[in-house]
Amino acid sequence: MIERFDAIVIGAGMAGNAAAFTLASRGLSVLQLERGEYPGAKNVQGAILYANMLEKIIPDFREDAPLERHIVEQRFWFMTERAHTGMQYRSEEFNEEKPNRYTIIRSQFDRWFSKKAQEKGAILLTETTALELVQDAYGKVIGVRTDRAGGTIMADVVVLAEGVNGLLGTRAGLRKTPKPDQVALAVKEMHFIAPEVIEQRFNIQGDEGVVIEAAGAVSEGMAGMGFLYTNKESVSIGIGCIVSDFAESGKSPYQLLEKFKMHPSIRPLLEGSEVKEYAAHLIPEGGFKAVPQLFGDGWVVVGDAAQLNNAVHREGSNLAMTSGRLAAEAIFQVRSRREPMTAENLSLYEKMINDSFVMKDLKKYKDMPALLHTQSQNLFLTYPQLVSTAMENFLRVDGVPKIDKERATVSAMKAKRGWTGLVGDAVRVARAWR
Amino acid sequence: MSDESKVRVEDKLQYNRYLVDPGKPHIAVAPHETPSRNLQAMTTICPAGCYTNNATGQVEVVADGCMECGTCRILLEPSGEITWTYPRGGYGVLFKFG
Repeated sequence: MIERFDAIVIGAGMAGNAAAFTLASRGLSVLQLERGEYPGAKNVQGAILYANMLEKIIPDFREDAPLERHIVEQRFWFMTERAHTGMQYRSEEFNEEKPNRYTIIRSQFDRWFSKKAQEKGAILLTETTALELVQDAYGKVIGVRTDRAGGTIMADVVVLAEGVNGLLGTRAGLRKTPKPDQVALAVKEMHFIAPEVIEQRFNIQGDEGVVIEAAGAVSEGMAGMGFLYTNKESVSIGIGCIVSDFAESGKSPYQLLEKFKMHPSIRPLLEGSEVKEYAAHLIPEGGFKAVPQLFGDGWVVVGDAAQLNNAVHREGSNLAMTSGRLAAEAIFQVRSRREPMTAENLSLYEKMINDSFVMKDLKKYKDMPALLHTQSQNLFLTYPQLVSTAMENFLRVDGVPKIDKERATVSAMKAKRGWTGLVGDAVRVARAWR
Repeated sequence: MSDESKVRVEDKLQYNRYLVDPGKPHIAVAPHETPSRNLQAMTTICPAGCYTNNATGQVEVVADGCMECGTCRILLEPSGEITWTYPRGGYGVLFKFG
């Protein structure tokens, strides 16, 4: 084994593969370490792939990437125990030559993405756990120690794409362990159903797909959401809530998932399915304010490890890919100038990511995580119930005069939150959204 | 929810693929007399049901079914109540789909 590389990439997820691919494409010698048996063995995602950010790395990815279905319809459901009020968007425009979003299955996709990086010359070492960063007397990162015999490997720069539980960076004191209110715990199951049954149930054909995002009673007052994504011959269903809410409530994530699956609006969609996997993972939810220092002497941090996740739009893998690509491009530029991988030089990565959609989007929603957390009872229980009551009042025909029904709806809202509460909630959401 | 309608986590974990590293658990609970609130919470919120109370009330961990989500690490590692590391390369959960 060569013991020195231009760059070592820790992890073969979205961010790591994007970084390894880009670095190797630019001619750098790259070693990529993956602790799983294969890329994706430790990775979990819903999962939705956003084409634009992958096109910037592999423009013709559609030719051989393992894609499930392209999404033509999105359903947002506000849930009560027995009902949902939905908002739905479906457009023929999503049936385009190069679709915008796809469902994917991560362990398959990550293997494909990693193979692409290897074709460009990156060397992948699986079943290898990186134990710690090797630093010189001045704190500069100069390599990585692994759990393989004689496993210290040196490099000019280390790309930390180690995921939400990245231990190397936190052990070395480069960033802090995320706080319980900065991460969500999500659990998910893979339900296999015949493709033609999926197509009938979701009113789709061919490779079309549907996404359902569900908020409300399903999270039992915790800040969280349920989701259901259609794959080719399976449905991914899961639910995630903020870890501090789980800790305070003591609620069981798999009982929560079970209840979500049994919801009268969800249950028929899963009828007769065969479950083949149950997974759990953390999602960074801290947003802009939780993003740590992104670079230092001899290192950069990308993807989930850097908390780069847009909780409002449910985007993570595209921020991961983009940060991996930008970090690699910054490293390539520094190297092209024949300059050392110092913090000062690597600050180029931060500048590039600040100029990109990644930090602009996170900044836009910087107050949203705190709002969702402090107002979780109102936003996830009270309002879905009020909306549901209003809808039932509007739709049920029972001889009660409409004017009385409207009054009942208005007084229910007033009773629950009061006028000042309602206005205050609207202002708070608008401010955080701005 | 009645007990009859509750699902057992073992019935979910059986779908998964693991390579257990015998005798090398990657999570350990520090000795304690009375579990803290967060440590006790792990007995219900761990998605793999790895944490249980023993006969004398302390919290124990058996990490064979662990999905390496890191929830316990977030809640308990900073205070030193547990140590949490990755399983040896290649071991632990191996997601077929993820």
